[in-house]
Amino acid sequence: MSADPGALAPAQARPGAAKPDPVLVVDGVVRTFGGLAAVDVGHLEVQRGEITALIGPNGAGKTTLFNVITGFDRAGRGRWEFEGRALARLPAYLVARRGMVRTFQLTRTLAKMTVIDNMKLAATGQRGEHFLAAFARPAWRPQERDLEARGTALLERFGLSRMRDQYAGTLSGGQRKLLEMARALMVEPRMILLDEPMAGVNPVLKTSILAHITELKESGLTVLFVEHDMDVVTEISDWVVCMAAGSVIAEGPPESIIANPAVIDAYLGTRRGEE
Amino acid sequence: MDTGRILIDALRAALGVPAAAYALAGIGLNVHYGYTGLLNFGQVGFMLVGAYGTAITVDKGGPLWLGLLVGVAAAVLLGLILGLPTLRLRADYLAIVTIAVAEILRLVARTRSAEPLTQGVRGIAGFAGAFYRVNPIHPGIYGVGDLRFSSRNLWVIVVGWAIVALSTVVVFLLVRSPWGRVLRSIREDEDAARSLGKNVFGYKLQSLVLGGVIGALAGMLLAVDTQFVGPDTYIAVLTFFAYIVMIMGGPARVLGPILGAFMFWFLIQGVNGLLVQAIDARYITFLHTTDVGAVQFALVGLGLVLLMAFRPQGVLGHREEQFLDER
Repeated sequence: MSADPGALAPAQARPGAAKPDPVLVVDGVVRTFGGLAAVDVGHLEVQRGEITALIGPNGAGKTTLFNVITGFDRAGRGRWEFEGRALARLPAYLVARRGMVRTFQLTRTLAKMTVIDNMKLAATGQRGEHFLAAFARPAWRPQERDLEARGTALLERFGLSRMRDQYAGTLSGGQRKLLEMARALMVEPRMILLDEPMAGVNPVLKTSILAHITELKESGLTVLFVEHDMDVVTEISDWVVCMAAGSVIAEGPPESIIANPAVIDAYLGTRRGEE
Repeated sequence: MDTGRILIDALRAALGVPAAAYALAGIGLNVHYGYTGLLNFGQVGFMLVGAYGTAITVDKGGPLWLGLLVGVAAAVLLGLILGLPTLRLRADYLAIVTIAVAEILRLVARTRSAEPLTQGVRGIAGFAGAFYRVNPIHPGIYGVGDLRFSSRNLWVIVVGWAIVALSTVVVFLLVRSPWGRVLRSIREDEDAARSLGKNVFGYKLQSLVLGGVIGALAGMLLAVDTQFVGPDTYIAVLTFFAYIVMIMGGPARVLGPILGAFMFWFLIQGVNGLLVQAIDARYITFLHTTDVGAVQFALVGLGLVLLMAFRPQGVLGHREEQFLDER
């Protein structure tokens, strides 16, 4: 299945390319650790409603870029906006409330909470989360029932219904990845950032996670994900951005990226040489 | 040996005001550590400001009720002062800062320059008369068999355990709410909570202040019971007794600290009575009665080690939870 160029057809395959309808725009973001620039991205646009893959060798700065734009890390310089509103220096929890939710490379399930509690926690705008309202059960009980129904439906969709009332700590690695995705959806985001959603997952579950990512797009979400497996990347993404040594060195449709000499140099070439 | 007397003495200690105060300190710590995962090693600091807030206010001519309010307000303030700079940092920083601040508060209360307020090492006495004047229990001795309390004593005990019950209900209502769910998520993984739109810092601050206020109630209760506030009551070991109380009962269990405080005092007093009688009856000849104070704590410590080895989740804790770590 090669992705149909679709909405991204007018975009040029070069670093910093303008997109017809960008939902996320990153401008001059620099994050240094000591003297080393872990991230130094001149310009990057992410097209709304499409699946964009972020690839690059280890240490290319993919996760750091994720951390910066989601408020988990502070950039030294730069601006970035989501849906036309500036996000720079906004704390992580407010970024999530704006509609941009991320998952983590190492899953962060809440082990000593049940799977359904993991889900219910994630919903925003809960009345019962305010200190004083927490005492008045009738004030939050109806909302709680709605969340339970919504969470249960999402668990069903992700094939986790059987584990609904188990502690999340009893789930396997792959199930945790699924739970993290399902949980992120409880926030009702418009864009989701997945950091290596397939890492350490068995092949069967991998296929299932792939299908879920495609489903996210179909339900109207923008997906940006970090991945190492080029087969996965070419299979599901509409656009690929390649980073190396902190900067974007190439971007374009998956077919063009595979053939891009800069990408092969930085990433694929060394891999192939080793094999 | 008179085992009946040992048991009665132990039971009296387990029902007494210090036990209620330890239960309160433990309930506060349970909010911090059990539910939110905050390492507060300075719970005694909250007890201190609660007690001193009350005593100083009355000493300066204020009414007792105002003193109690001042005690609570002081705990809120201390929670904010401790939390605002440290709660954004890693958990260990809070631990370091709280243990240091609690010790600094005690040392400042001792100093000569603080004497106009705290009366230094002499401390403040006799400020809770108003509390005993409203005692509705007729003078006399009440109780069953050998378990007897004076009406004065009974009045503090009833009020003390009523505050324990009230605090427990407050914690119960909070932790079963979505608010409590956010606290637990922070304990499990605060970055996950953040990624889901939760204001982690704000919740940690609320937790620190709430648990601190409950700790201040413990300090006020001890102060009212003894009618005395002095700096050397509020030593660091009180914080660790409160931790023992909370962990023995079972962290993140609403009734854990109550059971823990009861067991703690029952065991301390029971072991004490047992040792003293065994020495008197010459069953134990290698110890002197003056050693008992040290040996009882060693034995209780041994018991605690065994509890942690065989039941690390505490008496009321869920065993399965203990083994669910992040993979």
